[in-house]
Amino acid sequence: MKDNSSQASNPLTRLWRNQESRGVIIQIITITLLFAIIALIGRNVVINLAALDKEFSFTFLTWPAAYDIGFSPFLEYTSQSTHLKAAAVGLLNTLLVAITGCIFASILGFTLGILRLSKNWLVNRIAYTFVEFMRNVPVLIHILAIYSLIITLMPPVKKALDLGGGQFFISNRGFYMPSPVFEPGAWMVGVAMIVAILSVFLFRRWAKKVQDNTGKIYPVFWISIGIIFGLTGIVFIAAGMPLSWDVPALKGFNFKGGMAIKPEFLALWLALSYYTACFIAEIVRAGILAVSHGQTEASKALGLRNNRVLQLVVIPQALRIIIPPLSSQYLNLTKNSSLAIAIGYMDITATLGGISLMQTGKEMETMILVMGVYLLISLCISGYMNWFNRRIKLTER
Amino acid sequence: MTDHQPSPQYLPGTHPDLPPPVRTTGPIAWMRINLFSSPLNIVLTLASVWILWSLLPPAIEWIFIDAIWSAGDRKECWAQMDAPRDGACWAFIRGSFELFVYGWYPEPERWRVNLSFLLLVIAIFGVLKDNLPGKKYWLWFAVFFPFIAAWLLVGGFGLVPVGTQKIGGILLTIIVGVTGITFSLPLGILLALGRRSHLPVLRAVCVVFIEFIRGVPLITLLFVASTMLTYFLPPGSSFDLLMRVLIMVTIFAAAYIAEVVRGGLQGLSSGQYEAADALGLTYWKAHRLIILPQALKISIPGIVNTFIGLYKDSVLVLIIGMMDILGLGRARLNDPLWLGLAPELYLFIALFFFLCCFSMARYSLGLEKKLRTGHKQ
Repeated sequence: MKDNSSQASNPLTRLWRNQESRGVIIQIITITLLFAIIALIGRNVVINLAALDKEFSFTFLTWPAAYDIGFSPFLEYTSQSTHLKAAAVGLLNTLLVAITGCIFASILGFTLGILRLSKNWLVNRIAYTFVEFMRNVPVLIHILAIYSLIITLMPPVKKALDLGGGQFFISNRGFYMPSPVFEPGAWMVGVAMIVAILSVFLFRRWAKKVQDNTGKIYPVFWISIGIIFGLTGIVFIAAGMPLSWDVPALKGFNFKGGMAIKPEFLALWLALSYYTACFIAEIVRAGILAVSHGQTEASKALGLRNNRVLQLVVIPQALRIIIPPLSSQYLNLTKNSSLAIAIGYMDITATLGGISLMQTGKEMETMILVMGVYLLISLCISGYMNWFNRRIKLTER
Repeated sequence: MTDHQPSPQYLPGTHPDLPPPVRTTGPIAWMRINLFSSPLNIVLTLASVWILWSLLPPAIEWIFIDAIWSAGDRKECWAQMDAPRDGACWAFIRGSFELFVYGWYPEPERWRVNLSFLLLVIAIFGVLKDNLPGKKYWLWFAVFFPFIAAWLLVGGFGLVPVGTQKIGGILLTIIVGVTGITFSLPLGILLALGRRSHLPVLRAVCVVFIEFIRGVPLITLLFVASTMLTYFLPPGSSFDLLMRVLIMVTIFAAAYIAEVVRGGLQGLSSGQYEAADALGLTYWKAHRLIILPQALKISIPGIVNTFIGLYKDSVLVLIIGMMDILGLGRARLNDPLWLGLAPELYLFIALFFFLCCFSMARYSLGLEKKLRTGHKQ
């Protein structure tokens, strides 16, 4: 008796027909191919670099960068500084626009999402039109358009628009506002603020415990606000108000004093924020719609007031749906901030991946560093959002 | 008026229907319900009206009423207005329209571009239209379309060769978009299958690849394509920048498609896999006949969203110096004749992208609704 299908004469065919050994064979082939490709690329890189008399090393990071960076709010940077420092300035600028952008995009996105759900027909339609138009146009066009609007339509510095009581100005060179000056004793206010935030944190945990055990609900939000502003305010007055404002004033050809926000940052931040906000608005809307109406009705039947329904029933459930896509929007915003290079905002792509690359000719090294930085940022954001997501996840029995 | 009192002259049940009360139907009731239902809504409505009132009339005036449609340069444009910049100077867009569509594609060969656009429309029509006789052949045509278009545009084999550096404008935007869309879908499906494979090595390779591509911005990949890729190739060899960019864009979109398709695959119950195994189907047959048709159906919205994103991302080629519609437009802005007409340019380009992407989004929405009727919940 011979079973033709399982008794192939060739041992190789038999190996291939066995599911386990076939898996092993496929994996061995994959590994071999992978290493062959890596070896081939490595060999090509070595030969090509040798032909161009280049060396693969990161020592260029200690060379003087010899270019200026117009916007470096955190580090002292001159054109004598090293490429490493230029990269650090770029990284901080990327993080600055990413973090402030995420905050503003969230606020705007949640507002737009709620407006999209409004029963008011006019508001609903306006929000819909805004969201649909903005999110269907590439973000690069938004950035360039906003930038050119600021540059061409705003008045020159000498005729800067006064936006309020001689404190805030806008011109085609940026937005000027008073900057805080900390006088001796300001550290006490800082400490008070940290203590206030810590005690709010503890108070909320305690209030939640009380609510879980007894059902008694404290007005947590108002008490928190009271603690933060009250404690900080008392210490502020007690320490003799150790804070004054440095008001920008027009002197000669430019503003002196105060804080200046460059048009590059302003354009990038605004465009990234409202573009991402449109996506967040749709996510928020979908999340809130996904909470079934029965939940709202049930909680009203239990006698909860409208804001409690939102706070205790609808928002916690909607957040579970909202968080995962929201985190990918934050990632998108961070990655889109690399478009800064188009308007000359000096982020990590423009410093290390742009000018440093051109000056040193170290394409491989700079690109590896830039990509590594973005990968690291992405990993951090997704790690944090995963942790947050786990925390609010439905705990099932 | 005592209409609401039934008149005695009618027998019970014969009274003609009265018009409904004004408070429950008609425009006034509609406004009461939709615009003025609560104090907050009244405030919101008034605020919206105020915003529209202060934005719309000036915008319409600028775009249509005071706009100039034909002029030789911006000075001529402004001479026709009450004051410079009073209205839009659409003469700028009209004058540059051919450049914006064809780039520097040689004039006598432009019929090839037009023919490719026509074939593209036919291919899209064949894919999207239902109940088309001979649907299979339409689909095959769509599969071969990118190759036919590539031959038409680049030339060779009997046509005059045209260098890829001559390709620009909307043509380039559409080439990048269509190539990315066509090739990223199969590649993305393969990556998704690899990521769900039982073989650890295959899975690891796919996971690292997908996560790496998704973790970096497209710009850095385009920089790699423009500056670094030549190092990876055998010495002395080089290939076209457009080709390198197309490969990078395809890979980039494939990683995102892979994640969308993986979501669809995870959405299937394991019973489907077991049933396919029980029928004795091989891996590929099971996927082709049972798994993928269902998984892809679930992932259509995500796939179309990725395509829209890819289409919008095609403008980034401007940053590595390729002249798509945005790049050409910006170059044109530096032309002394048309200096500083940025609002007109950006509005035009924004409108172009809005029309493309919004219609894709609406189509996907319609498709989603159509497919959902199959299994009502």
